[in-house]
Amino acid sequence: MTSRDLILSKIRAGLGAKANDAERQAIVQNRIAAKARHLIPARVTNRTPGELLALFRGFLERESATVLELDSKQEIPSAIANYLRSNNLGARIRVGGDPTLTQLPWGSEPHLEMLLGRAQPSDEVGLTQAAAAVAETGTLVMASGPDNPVTLNYLPETHIVVVEQRNLVPAYEDAWDVIRQRFGPQSMPRTVNLISGPSRTGDIGGRLVMGAHGPRRMCVIVVRDPATS
Amino acid sequence: MSSILPGAPRVGLFVTCLVDLMRPSVGFAAVKLLEQAGCSVEVPLAQTCCGQPAYNSGDKADAAELARQTIAAFAGFDYVVAPSGSCAGMLKLHYPRLLANDAEWVGRAKEFAERVYELVSFLVDVRGMDAVDATFQGRATYHDSCSGLRELGIKDQPRRLLSSVKGLQLSEMADAEVCCGFGGTFAVKYPDISNAIVEKKTANTAAVEPDLLLAGDLGCLMNIAGKLKREGRNIAVRHVAEVLAGETSDPPIAGTK
Amino acid sequence: MQPTTQSFKQNARVALSDAQLQRALAGLPTGLVANRAAARARLPEFEDLRDIGRDIKDHTLAHLDLYLEEYERNATAAGAKVHWAATAAEARDIILRICREVNAKIVTKGKSMISEEIGLNDELQSAGMEVVETDLGEYLVQIRGETPSHIIAPAIHLTQDQVEADFRRLHTKLPKDRVLTDPAQLVGEARQVLREKFVAADVGITGANFLIAETGSSVIVTNEGNGDLTQSLARVHIALASIEKIVPTREDVSSILRLLARSATGQEFSTYTTFSTGPRRPEDPDGPEAYHVVILDNGRSEMLGTAFREVLRCIRCGACMNHCPVYGAIGGHAYGWVYPGPIGSVLTPSLIGVRDAADLPNASTFCGRCEEVCPMKIPLTKLMRHHREAEFELGGPSARYRLGLKAWAWLAKRPRLYHTTMRLVAAVLGGLGRRRGAFRSLPFAGGWTRHRDFPAPQGRTFQQLWAEHKAGAPR
Repeated sequence: MTSRDLILSKIRAGLGAKANDAERQAIVQNRIAAKARHLIPARVTNRTPGELLALFRGFLERESATVLELDSKQEIPSAIANYLRSNNLGARIRVGGDPTLTQLPWGSEPHLEMLLGRAQPSDEVGLTQAAAAVAETGTLVMASGPDNPVTLNYLPETHIVVVEQRNLVPAYEDAWDVIRQRFGPQSMPRTVNLISGPSRTGDIGGRLVMGAHGPRRMCVIVVRDPATS
Repeated sequence: MSSILPGAPRVGLFVTCLVDLMRPSVGFAAVKLLEQAGCSVEVPLAQTCCGQPAYNSGDKADAAELARQTIAAFAGFDYVVAPSGSCAGMLKLHYPRLLANDAEWVGRAKEFAERVYELVSFLVDVRGMDAVDATFQGRATYHDSCSGLRELGIKDQPRRLLSSVKGLQLSEMADAEVCCGFGGTFAVKYPDISNAIVEKKTANTAAVEPDLLLAGDLGCLMNIAGKLKREGRNIAVRHVAEVLAGETSDPPIAGTK
Repeated sequence: MQPTTQSFKQNARVALSDAQLQRALAGLPTGLVANRAAARARLPEFEDLRDIGRDIKDHTLAHLDLYLEEYERNATAAGAKVHWAATAAEARDIILRICREVNAKIVTKGKSMISEEIGLNDELQSAGMEVVETDLGEYLVQIRGETPSHIIAPAIHLTQDQVEADFRRLHTKLPKDRVLTDPAQLVGEARQVLREKFVAADVGITGANFLIAETGSSVIVTNEGNGDLTQSLARVHIALASIEKIVPTREDVSSILRLLARSATGQEFSTYTTFSTGPRRPEDPDGPEAYHVVILDNGRSEMLGTAFREVLRCIRCGACMNHCPVYGAIGGHAYGWVYPGPIGSVLTPSLIGVRDAADLPNASTFCGRCEEVCPMKIPLTKLMRHHREAEFELGGPSARYRLGLKAWAWLAKRPRLYHTTMRLVAAVLGGLGRRRGAFRSLPFAGGWTRHRDFPAPQGRTFQQLWAEHKAGAPR
């Protein structure tokens, strides 16, 4: 008997259940298929897009992230240049292959150097695009893929994330629906990272310090949805 | 003593072993308050211990026997009231669990449990008392005994009544809701840990510089009073019933005047 | 990890006189306890979510076999290799084999209580591999040869000075005259040292806060991002999870996640919550080439059919120990094994036997604060009492204690004799204690009077006085 069989039979014995119980199997299959939501907090129910954005921003700022709101993606290069300059940060930015990021007017900021591909441990600034964002707790949803190396979210000291306001959803459950639309009803990419601020630890003397292993600094650029302005 | 009208609810007082042995004045204060609330009070003789030491030590058999004895002793009363959150919790919440598999007694235990109350919550929640006619000049602080708080929801009731005591200034201590370290058998089995816990309680108590510490459970009170005395702190300790009943002429717990 | 639960009292004594530990523990009320209360106050739905969390776990446990099978199906379809380990030894063997297959020299680890439970680090180190804990708190205890003392703040018992001394002792390649007076400098140094390990690692091992049946995913939750660097940079990612970690859907885990960080640290959400499904895809620029999941039983399946099933709801938030007056007095090491505090007092005897861990469920005042804050509404005191019942049936806790207990019960069952005896005791003790009001020492009560006075009884029993009162005597 394999360990697998042993464990499953012990579980069934403990539950007083039989193998191949069609009724029990149906319960499990139905529950998974239903993807039923439980409770969605009132803080994000029946909110306007403007309210969700304000909520989202408030949480991130509380976690020491910077939030910039832009009217169009075209403004991203200059917004990033300003951010890096005003924080005395370097001008080399690692970006994945995402064309919606690489094909922005970077020429308008010629001193910025764009590096492509997966992150290197010495990268100082990383730029990624979020698949979605959750207003409930100021959380970004990053999906790994050919244009989105997962290491880009963790290795660079400064992490700049672009998210479109139309992908800002109220609750985590709404974000899963975005993922489902993109990847299929039950499929996931290698990683989905829910990120709610820069890396931190309180492990030394109970004092909170940023940049434990992941990024020390986070800048979230929200591209407003013209339809909601 | 106020006159008890005919048809007044009959309350059986569950004295508790600690009140009976250590501090009967709490029992008399309870009787006075119950009569002020318009109840007639009797004290069945067939009561001894609620069975909590046995129950919490894993001795279900003895605990169940004591439960049956207690339930039988209080048959026929409209209410069963105890000046202790821990004993009241035992009677109200744990007796039905203890006798859940006893076909003959489980119904009686549930019916009994519905009639059980801790003293102060009975006065406020059942009898609708919102003030007492008592005086105490000085600052008092209140310790929330764990069972009373978490099993029976006793929090506002003693404070409401204490706020009506003329001359009494109530100051809340930090972590009033944190355990004092008594835990019944715990204080005996793990005295050093119990001591570490009670030291925090006495420090929090002393920090508000009270004249008096109050609570609704004698176990907690004996524990904290014993520690305060060993530390040489000059803070009197009494059961809340004593102050509410205006009966503070007896020496405080572990005190002489 | 080898239990030292049998020396609980000795462990506790050491802990009580450890001034640094006591200083660290003194920070709990204004720290983690206050933070949780504040987070709860900010979410009006918190109590409803506790009911939902409990129901999700209860449903899952009642169908655990089927959800595990569904999980395995979906994980495998995404390219994961799923392994089943009935025992700790088996889990170690599986992981050792995987590491050997890739000639692993350096293994990085995200925080995993299960890996402590099975003694994984020692096994891998004995096989010649360098094992590096990357959660900062875990790293701090690892370099001291210690074990974690709290399940989410493993180094809560250490002071900044101790950390500085350890870093200077261990990080010998760094300049001796460097300044390390600030926590930020210490964190910065750890970041630098551990980053080298992340990059050099052949295998990254994480735990899993949850496994999701719907998608075949494993979930880790950190604030540092160390788990992510562990599992994304190495060639091989191994996730180690016990069978009860499974939840049905992403919606279910979302509800439970709303409780986790709030209960643990008072945060709205942990900084990094990562869902991993399969290894890197062919078109991914990074990520592990191989992804293994080791599902461990180690005694949990046996708990399902017992009164202890409810403890399998635990999501490892640590709230119970943060609020426990006993943990707050003695810290985590005193509990002698992987799981400290109230959860440890229930889980440890269930996993290693009540005989060896008898003190744990007994060292509780039953104050109930643990179950008041448990996000999954585990009835911890009820379960501790069950262990005490089992121990009592085995003849515990001690002959002397049982004698006292039996004597009291024997007397209490005989009201008339009881009342007569109490009258006598009250009179004797009342008389002896009248002058001082309390006893500095009392035979048979040495434990009590070692640290505090024993109040003197008033001298007559209530029943005695009541009888006189009824007979018309003035009070």
